[in-house]
Amino acid sequence: MELTGADIVVKALADEGVEYIFGYPGGAALHIYDALYRQDTVKHILARHEQGAGHAADGYARSCGKPGVVLVTSGPGATNVVTPVATAHMDSIPLVVITAQVPSHLIGDDAFQEVDSIGITRPCVKHNFLVKDVRDLATTIKKAFYVATSGRPGPVVIDIPKDITAEKAEYIYPKSLSMRSYQPVTQGHSGQIRKAVQVLLAAKRPVIYTGGGIILSDCSDKLAELVRLLGYPCTNTLMGLGAYPADDPLFLGMLGMHGTYEANLAMHECDVMLCIGARFDDRVTGDTNKFSPYAKIIHVDIDPSSISKTISADIPVVGPAGVILEEMISQIKDSGRKPDAEAMQKWWHQIDGWRKIDCLDYDRESELIKPQFVVEKLYEVTKGDAFVTSDVGQHQMFAAQYYKFSKPRRWINSGGLGTMGFGLPAAMGVQLAHPDETVACVTGEGSIQMCLQELSTCKQYDLPLNIVNLNNRYLGMVRQWQEFFYDRRYSHSYMDALPDLVKLAEGYGHIGIRIEKPADVEGALKEALSDKSRLYFLDFITDQTENVYPMIAAGKGHHEMHLSPRNNGDDEERELA
Amino acid sequence: MRHIISILLENESGALSRVAGLFSARGYNIESLTVAPTEDPSLSRMTLVTSGTDKVVEQIKKQLNKLIDVVKLVDLVENEHVEREISLIKVRAAGNLRDEVNRMVEIFRGRIVDVTDTSYTIELTGSCDKIDAFLKAVPNDTIIEVVRSGVLGIARGEKGLRL
Ligand SMILES: Cc1cc2nc3c(=O)[nH]c(=O)nc-3n(C[C@H](O)[C@H](O)[C@H](O)COP(=O)(O)OP(=O)(O)OC[C@H]3O[C@@H](n4cnc5c(N)ncnc54)[C@H](O)[C@@H]3O)c2cc1C
Ligand SMILES: Cc1ncc(C[n+]2csc(CCOP(=O)(O)OP(=O)(O)O)c2C)c(N)n1
Ligand SMILES: [Mg+2]
Repeated sequence: MELTGADIVVKALADEGVEYIFGYPGGAALHIYDALYRQDTVKHILARHEQGAGHAADGYARSCGKPGVVLVTSGPGATNVVTPVATAHMDSIPLVVITAQVPSHLIGDDAFQEVDSIGITRPCVKHNFLVKDVRDLATTIKKAFYVATSGRPGPVVIDIPKDITAEKAEYIYPKSLSMRSYQPVTQGHSGQIRKAVQVLLAAKRPVIYTGGGIILSDCSDKLAELVRLLGYPCTNTLMGLGAYPADDPLFLGMLGMHGTYEANLAMHECDVMLCIGARFDDRVTGDTNKFSPYAKIIHVDIDPSSISKTISADIPVVGPAGVILEEMISQIKDSGRKPDAEAMQKWWHQIDGWRKIDCLDYDRESELIKPQFVVEKLYEVTKGDAFVTSDVGQHQMFAAQYYKFSKPRRWINSGGLGTMGFGLPAAMGVQLAHPDETVACVTGEGSIQMCLQELSTCKQYDLPLNIVNLNNRYLGMVRQWQEFFYDRRYSHSYMDALPDLVKLAEGYGHIGIRIEKPADVEGALKEALSDKSRLYFLDFITDQTENVYPMIAAGKGHHEMHLSPRNNGDDEERELA
Repeated sequence: MRHIISILLENESGALSRVAGLFSARGYNIESLTVAPTEDPSLSRMTLVTSGTDKVVEQIKKQLNKLIDVVKLVDLVENEHVEREISLIKVRAAGNLRDEVNRMVEIFRGRIVDVTDTSYTIELTGSCDKIDAFLKAVPNDTIIEVVRSGVLGIARGEKGLRL
């Protein structure tokens, strides 16, 4: 059947099983918008800014595992979507982003609304395609989905000139595809896995450190099986939270810059480290010269370039986490060997000593609302079962530390790029993917203003989000660094003239509540969460001076954490050497 | 250490810029880069000379392999190989300089491919070292222009880099 390019795009999306496309129209995209109008399989969500559309698709993808799909016009539409594309790229999130382009014959002429979308996005995509012939369109779309979702996932941009969307071609959507230049690994090397298992079983002070790769490959059940089989301590990166149940005794909490005392010290002292689906990010390792001095490192990752990039691995294993975990488990079972019980008892004893410090303790009696308190209450009220998105800053760290995620894909945040403005649009995507679930967006008054316009989208599509704004009247994370490292010179981290966010929320047609006393926190949360039909904007006026602890400063090792003054019994931060 | 990475890549318009962009974005060295289509018109062959610590070069190869357009690559210096560079060198050659330049060209087994009253254009092929040596050997103020192709390389023996 001959179809126009525009119809091919929409038909291909439908054949790919796409439920939602997040977008914003404009000249070069109008043929495609017209094709969308003439069908109802693929539902279009009209954001209020292309950045919002991009993050919404990303939130959708992170929460349900299917690729997020975006459609924007050429020029400013394409440039506005660059931030979400880069955000998804850093966190390996599968997106297919269609950017419309000026007609082929005008490309290169500085035509109206022309930018080199391929050139601009090249460094922050997994791959991108410029469609030059309508006959290649369907196959290109298939390739885009294949590349975005296989191997190490990532965003793929398809740039489609307007004339291509008007021309006609035979529509055949390939069922499957193979590309000679792209063959993601599907299996691990058995010899390497055997070596890894031997080293693991001989460990005296092991730690299992896992990240986003476990979530991306949906194998948290296998991770739990391995951890429990061995009885070894497990820690997750910011991107890996929820992969292992946070309320389990074998879990040490998050590691890294704002990780727990016990997780970071276990990393420092361990003799064997099993890293799966994490990439030794600088927020995790601290000073690489001081990193885990005694450890033999086993690194499992699907992307060979993640291995030995920052920290050299002793036993590299390339392949999908799930398949490799499974093989490890069966090899351990078959070997009949057990971990060294005596060594493990000593190791756990040492870890329990670190745990006693209670590094996440904070002033629960405070007269002011502590941000940690709000997150703890949110956890209680939602019984740990909400989808929680966040923006970037202190509130993000508090959410990560105090909401004990027990299931994968529930914690949705921008880790690698750290994109303020991510939280609200991402929450829209999550809610669309899970219409019956509770979705909360933990944000700050700085971040929320970066994509606030999306409150209007929430109204249009009746998305009953719960926005938990930890309003400290500061760009808190910046203020914290200035307090610690710039002698309290608070250069431009305070915003004068904050808007009345409650009224703003009301102006957008939602319900806004300001909460100023700790005693009112729980009630407000309950009120918002019990009403599944409306969006609540909860503006919590929090303690302005609160800092995120523990903290590993730049250039420091895991054993050199700053702990909260509360852990020291005095007002000075304790630096451990 | 110096490495010669030979790459088969899809002959697509964006492929070259992906490779070049990778090197600039990650701060890797490129000493030279040549690219042209192969006997199979859907593939290009690129030869890229780079240098760095073992760790950096390992990352370079992994990152290159990760590019969707890269089909295959080999680091030629890991095994015996042949490398060649071609150069076109225009020198001033008038009066008694003519003999001297002629002699040099002979010693280095070059060829003179264009002549005017006052200049010679020399074609010289060989390893980079050989071309460097020639450029050192001719008096510096006689050189008008130097064009070098960058290194081409191929592994010795039967095996070839192909699909
Ligand atoms: C303000 C702020 C503070 C932060 N503080 C911290 C902190 O204290 N602690 C912390 O951990 N992070 C922190 N981060 C986040 C940090 O920047 C990184 O984003 C994060 O540490 C990376 O997580 P990851 O290692 O799990 O890798 P990800 O970015 O999630 O990468 C996933 C890895 O898994 C691999 N992978 C993908 N699919 C598979 C598969 N199927 N099989 C096997 N492997 C696969 C990928 O190749 C990749 O190497 C902070 C960020 C911000 C913005
Ligand atoms: C787009 C963008 N610009 C700047 C930053 C740098 N930055 C990181 S955290 C932060 C402050 C965030 O303030 P707020 O949203 O109020 O959160 P808080 O830290 O106060 O909880 C800033 C400016 C960023 N991460 N993203
Ligand atoms: Mg703030």
